[in-house]
Amino acid sequence: MKNNKIKIKSSNLNVHYGEKQALFDVDLDIYDKEVTALIGPSGCGKSTFIRCINRMNDVIDICKVEGSITIDDEEIIDKNLDVVGLREKIGMVFQKPNPFPKSIYDNISYGPTIHGLAENKTDMDEIVENSLKKAALWNEVKDRLNEAGTGLSGGQQQRLCIARAISVNPQVILMDEPCSALDPIATAKIEELIDELKKSYTIVIVTHSMSQAVRVSQRTGFFHLGKIIEVDTTEKIFKNPGNKMTQDYITGRFG
Amino acid sequence: MNIIILLLVTIFSYLSFLYGRSRIRKITSTQSIKINALPNYYGYYLALWCALPALIILLFWSIFEPAIIKYLISQTLIQNDLNYSSEQLNLLYQKIRSLYEGNFSGTLTEEIKIGVKNYENLQTIAQNSKIVLLLSTFIAAISYGIFRISKNNKARHDVEKILTGLLFVCSLVAILTTMGIIFSLLFESLKFFSAINIFDFLFGMNWSPQRAFVSDASAITALEYENLKGAFGSVPLFAGTAFIALIAMLVAVPIGLFSGIYMAEYASSKVRKYSKPIIEILAGIPTVVYGFFAALTVGPFFRELGEKLNLEVSSESALAAGLVMGVMIIPYVSSLSDDVINAVPQSLRDGSYAIGATKSETIKNVVIPAALPGIVGSVLLAVSRAIGETMIVVMAAGLAANLTINPLESTTTITTQIVMLLIGDQEFDSPKTQSAFALGLTLFFATLILNYIALRFVKKYREKYE
Repeated sequence: MKNNKIKIKSSNLNVHYGEKQALFDVDLDIYDKEVTALIGPSGCGKSTFIRCINRMNDVIDICKVEGSITIDDEEIIDKNLDVVGLREKIGMVFQKPNPFPKSIYDNISYGPTIHGLAENKTDMDEIVENSLKKAALWNEVKDRLNEAGTGLSGGQQQRLCIARAISVNPQVILMDEPCSALDPIATAKIEELIDELKKSYTIVIVTHSMSQAVRVSQRTGFFHLGKIIEVDTTEKIFKNPGNKMTQDYITGRFG
Repeated sequence: MNIIILLLVTIFSYLSFLYGRSRIRKITSTQSIKINALPNYYGYYLALWCALPALIILLFWSIFEPAIIKYLISQTLIQNDLNYSSEQLNLLYQKIRSLYEGNFSGTLTEEIKIGVKNYENLQTIAQNSKIVLLLSTFIAAISYGIFRISKNNKARHDVEKILTGLLFVCSLVAILTTMGIIFSLLFESLKFFSAINIFDFLFGMNWSPQRAFVSDASAITALEYENLKGAFGSVPLFAGTAFIALIAMLVAVPIGLFSGIYMAEYASSKVRKYSKPIIEILAGIPTVVYGFFAALTVGPFFRELGEKLNLEVSSESALAAGLVMGVMIIPYVSSLSDDVINAVPQSLRDGSYAIGATKSETIKNVVIPAALPGIVGSVLLAVSRAIGETMIVVMAAGLAANLTINPLESTTTITTQIVMLLIGDQEFDSPKTQSAFALGLTLFFATLILNYIALRFVKKYREKYE
């Protein structure tokens, strides 16, 4: 199964936080309906990179992004771009589960309400149900949709956040170490879910766990000190890396 | 004298700190035993033994000495003449004291001269015995301390225990003072309510204590009571208080809250750095200055504006007082809501932005609900400031207890009336004066109930984000 459609293309991407440069000339292609894992030691720029894709770095005053990222050949590093529309297209799941302090139902309906996706209550109920089903959470919470989202367990909260991201029908889902705050069982559930989600969404996942990258991803990019060292199919990266540094990192010699 | 003692106690405590520290070092080094706590703790331990007993004795001595000397002097005076009343004794004692202090004026009698000699004697005795007592306590305490240290006691444990005790005493003082205030209010109010029916007070529509004359407060005649009954209706005061506070909140809550939101969410760090202190300066202006501003600038401004529009505006209006009070309260609301909004975790905002919400949508739907308990708290603080504020109202809203909802008329508040009732020479057994305590007590209960309701509200609607 060879997939050749490029969904996201970054070229010559440079990012500065004030004086400090975080990314150097990053060129990276992300293919449609695949899971791309980004690995590398802490502080190497993986998270900075994915936060460029949905322009979350705009929130940080001192952050300056130069270069180009296109999604379906459409430039997004552009002052005049409407980030609201962009973020509707690109969902994000964070390191620590961050459900809103609202009911489970309101957590999901928040996005669709903002973007006006539901005409009436019945539509909204349907969106909520579908999103929760896709996030494999429906059976666990269907009887307590009005309870607080913050009352769920860590793994459930993270799946709620995934459901929240799915609720506005994105094309891409960015995941920033989604399992780092979870126990192994919850992690296994999320990984299973990612496998299922890649049928309908393009997924970019930042992870510190090499085995997770092997389990869930088709392609892997290795970052080091703000530069992309090597990108290839996951199989090649882990079995036969082209770069000495990649080899050292995946065998645990540094990182 | 006392200052010298305090100074000595400080110096000796410091010295004993040094001594205790070096002592334990010497003991442990010569006998090669394990020390039970850091050497500093032995220093603190000895310093506490040095200072505490002496300070406690000094405190009690200072409290009781004058009373005892007065009692002894009075006893000798009574021996000379058994017929003195307690007022006369008091007067004589005051004369003796002022002669002793050298600012006596009047006729010197033999009795006073003898009294002064007595007084001098007693003072010297008191002085000497104080010093002796202090010295002996000091020596006893410090020797006990050194004895304990020599045994390598558990100084850390002991110091912690003494400190816990000190902290406990401090909180006890705070609680007892509060109780004292409440009880003094309560007892005076009970006296008032024994003269005036509580329902006449709570639901009466007319407040005019100036016409409440009584010849003898312990025996109020039926005729007098009829007159009194109608004079102490507190409804106009509560209405006035609530009305002015409402005007103030209408100014302070929107402006304060929105400026707080701007400071926390929109302002760049540079703007924030300069504008936040400027707003907080408002909180540092004495209320009497606001009073000037209200009475001399805002009040006349509204009156002139009203004249041009053919409206009758009193120069002392509820509107002027309420507006200025609102301005005074703005920094409380803005600064506190700024703080609570800042405390909302960034991850919640990120979650909202990531799904495509704009800044204002995020603030409205995520940040404000999460910060709501704190915001309600700040508004509540502002309300109690508004209800308790006196000076602005005295100067700008007038003293007439009108029952009105026209903001252009003059009106008055509870606190203003309490001031009016208690300034000047007052007989403390007339219902007129006692009504001030009843007003204070009612105000106290009103704010208590307000706080309780707000607390319940916050508990019910809070969106917990932890």
